Amino acid sequence: MPERPLSPHLSVYKFKYTLATSILNRFAGLILSLGFILLVYWLVALASGARAYAQARALLSLGVCKILYAVLLAAFVYHLAAGVRHLIWDTGRGLERATARRSAWIVAFVSLVVTALLVYSFLRPGAYAR
Amino acid sequence: MSLRAALGEVLGRGSAKEGVHHWWLQRVTSVALVPLSIGFVVSLLALPALDYATLIAWMRQGGTALGLVLFVLVAARHSHLGVRVVIEDYVHAPGAKTLALVLSDFAHFLFAAAAVFAVLKVALGGRL
Repeated sequence: MPERPLSPHLSVYKFKYTLATSILNRFAGLILSLGFILLVYWLVALASGARAYAQARALLSLGVCKILYAVLLAAFVYHLAAGVRHLIWDTGRGLERATARRSAWIVAFVSLVVTALLVYSFLRPGAYAR
Repeated sequence: MSLRAALGEVLGRGSAKEGVHHWWLQRVTSVALVPLSIGFVVSLLALPALDYATLIAWMRQGGTALGLVLFVLVAARHSHLGVRVVIEDYVHAPGAKTLALVLSDFAHFLFAAAAVFAVLKVALGGRL
C-alpha cells in the first residue's frame, strides 16, 4: 500500500487550536488509562492487609509520586471538561466556529483552575499526614 | 442488487455493523463517569487521612463499595474502548496491531477484575 498520511496525524497538519484540544484529550485519556493501573495497585494493596498497605503507601508517598499525582489530576480534569464538551457536541449544539472556540477557552480555563484547586487540596504539605 | 464493489464482495470486508455500538458505548460510559469520577475524587478529598484503618472503614460503608465497583468497571470499559481507538489509529503494522489490541483486551479485563475483587474483599471480608 502507498504511504499516505493517516488521520489523526500530528506532523502533517497545520497547527490549529482544534488540533491541540483534540490530541490533548486523547493524551489525557491515555494517561488516565495508565493511572487506572495505579488505582488497581492501591486497591489490591488495601485488600492485602495492613502490612502490604503500609509498604505500598511508603512507595506511593515518595516525592516522585507527587508529580505523578499532579499529572493525573490535570489529565483527569481536562479529560472530564473536554469530554463534557464532546457530549454537548453530540447533541448537535455548540459546533459553530465561534462557539467551539469559546468552549475551548472555557475548557482550558476551567481545567487550569480546578487542577490547581485539586493539586493544592491533595498535595499541599501536611495533607493526609496520617 | 448489491451496491458493493466486486472486490469488496469477494473479500467480504464490509461493515461489521458494530461501529455504532463502540461509539454509543463510549458515550454511555462517558456520561456515567461524570458523576462516578467526581464522586470518587470528592470522597477521597473528604477523607481525614489515608491510613489503613480509615480507608478500610470508608470502604465498608454501604455506598462506597458499590460506588467503587461501578467506577472501576465503567472506567475500565471506557479506557478499553479508548485505548482500542488509539491503537487502531497509530499502530499500523498488522501483527503489531493485533498483538497490541489483544494485550489491551487482556490488561483491561485483568485490571477490572483485580479492582472489583479487591473492593469486594475489603467490603465483605471479616477482619483483615
